[in-house]
Amino acid sequence: MTLQHFMNEAISPWMREQGPDHDIVLSSRIRLARNFADMPFPIIADQKDLEQIRKFFQHEYEHTSFEEYKSFEFISIRDLTAIEKSVLVEKHLISPLLAKKEGAAAALISGNEQVSVMINEEDHIRIQIYFPGLQLTKALNKALQFDDWIEEKVNYAFDETRGFLTSCPTNVGTGMRASVMMHLPALAMTKQINRMMPAINQLGLVVRGIYGEGSEALGNIFQISNQITLGKAEEHIIEDLESVVQQLIEHERKARTRILEQSGIVLENRIFRSLGVLKYSRIIESKEAARCLSNVRLGIDLGIIKNISRNILNELMVLTQPGFLQHYAKKTLSASERDILRASLIRERLQFEE
Amino acid sequence: MECQECHQRPATLHYTQVINGHKTEVQICEACAKEKGYLTYPEEGYSLHNLLTGLFNFESGNIGSAGTHLDKGKETQCSKCGLTFSEFKQIGKFGCGECYHTFSANLNPIFRRVHSGNTEHRGKIPKRKGGNLHLKKQLATYKQELQDLIINEEFERAAVIRDKIKELEANINRKEERDSGDTSTFHE
Repeated sequence: MTLQHFMNEAISPWMREQGPDHDIVLSSRIRLARNFADMPFPIIADQKDLEQIRKFFQHEYEHTSFEEYKSFEFISIRDLTAIEKSVLVEKHLISPLLAKKEGAAAALISGNEQVSVMINEEDHIRIQIYFPGLQLTKALNKALQFDDWIEEKVNYAFDETRGFLTSCPTNVGTGMRASVMMHLPALAMTKQINRMMPAINQLGLVVRGIYGEGSEALGNIFQISNQITLGKAEEHIIEDLESVVQQLIEHERKARTRILEQSGIVLENRIFRSLGVLKYSRIIESKEAARCLSNVRLGIDLGIIKNISRNILNELMVLTQPGFLQHYAKKTLSASERDILRASLIRERLQFEE
Repeated sequence: MECQECHQRPATLHYTQVINGHKTEVQICEACAKEKGYLTYPEEGYSLHNLLTGLFNFESGNIGSAGTHLDKGKETQCSKCGLTFSEFKQIGKFGCGECYHTFSANLNPIFRRVHSGNTEHRGKIPKRKGGNLHLKKQLATYKQELQDLIINEEFERAAVIRDKIKELEANINRKEERDSGDTSTFHE
């Protein structure tokens, strides 16, 4: 079963490569929303129409390759178990919305998990492409080429004035959402991020925590993305996003240096205590795990902790999510059972590093 | 006070349940509250959706005063998918590409609010579906460039651009003649 390939590893193959500014930027993503010209959007369409789209994608693209993205797997959501769905969501290969859909929802995922196409989500087609580190321009170019490749066979819903037509008015125009996942522990520690958020919002960009609910950002991982999709060219949207990300990187680096200079021993204490908690806990909640993982990752980036791979943060953040834990245990677990298994997996993973 | 479910973490949430007049107090931690369904988390995109619906309803003040949405029989309805404008405002989503034309008159204020004042696309034009829109956009860019060059009195460069414009215009005309004879360009 080829689905197994996506289920086994917590981090995707492309994440193992180091991108530019990898000490702060975990990944860059481009998502394009597209629809068929002559079909009602999924929200209102007949099951019959959606099934036709699903079959079209399976027939045309299953096991095909596009440039370096080899052997696309075609997965129908209705064939997945609840745990398999949550694992794909936790790896960000599909969205929570797609996972909830029955019927004709499907996904096309490249072997290296860098490209995934969601079929019959909010729009008929959602292309997403990931790159490690800060590589928005590269990701955009690849996404646009991939988009051309799909357009060879699909008549897109496109209008001269409004651009690419999407189900939600927030996506119309370019249909593009570009986002950058950043680890900003020093800005979070000094509460600077809270002051910066309103300014960033005014530029038409959104900052939000990627894990956790509401305003909290578990593991100090933030996602910065564009809000506006209409009236600006893709390249310009990305330029604006990139310049804000560059500033955040600079501020984060400065904040790290300042904390290290002013209260180095306090920071070192915090980092090593976190490592201790991860190494020896028998029960650990996801919040505490995220906080400790973020500290340890900061320790690695500052050279305070050596011999542990940087990927520990991305990997364990995903590995210790409910879906993955249950996939690992091969059964459903209660919250307290998950806390025990989480602690044990983290211990195991850290021993493996030594 | 410890959580009555897991007996490990402190209880941070306190509920009073009244079922058939029978009152019970629940002292629980956040993790167990989620697990047991005491806490319901909004779905992804929920807040944005609410915000949007808010925006649309704000619009309905004007539309309402024009008297259109009160009378369902006369309300704008998409000929292709059957979505009405009030349904669109309620769900915050279009039903199909045609909706964009059907509701066109009411959309600019919504787009302006969502997209910082923008109502027109300036990004990618799809290769096949875009037809000769590529060339037309290129033409507009050249014409703007020509204007700028003339203002700056850079006549030599202006002449180059002028020739490019001529060539492009001829190209567009040729393409349009060809396309009018062959309507199957956009079909498979």
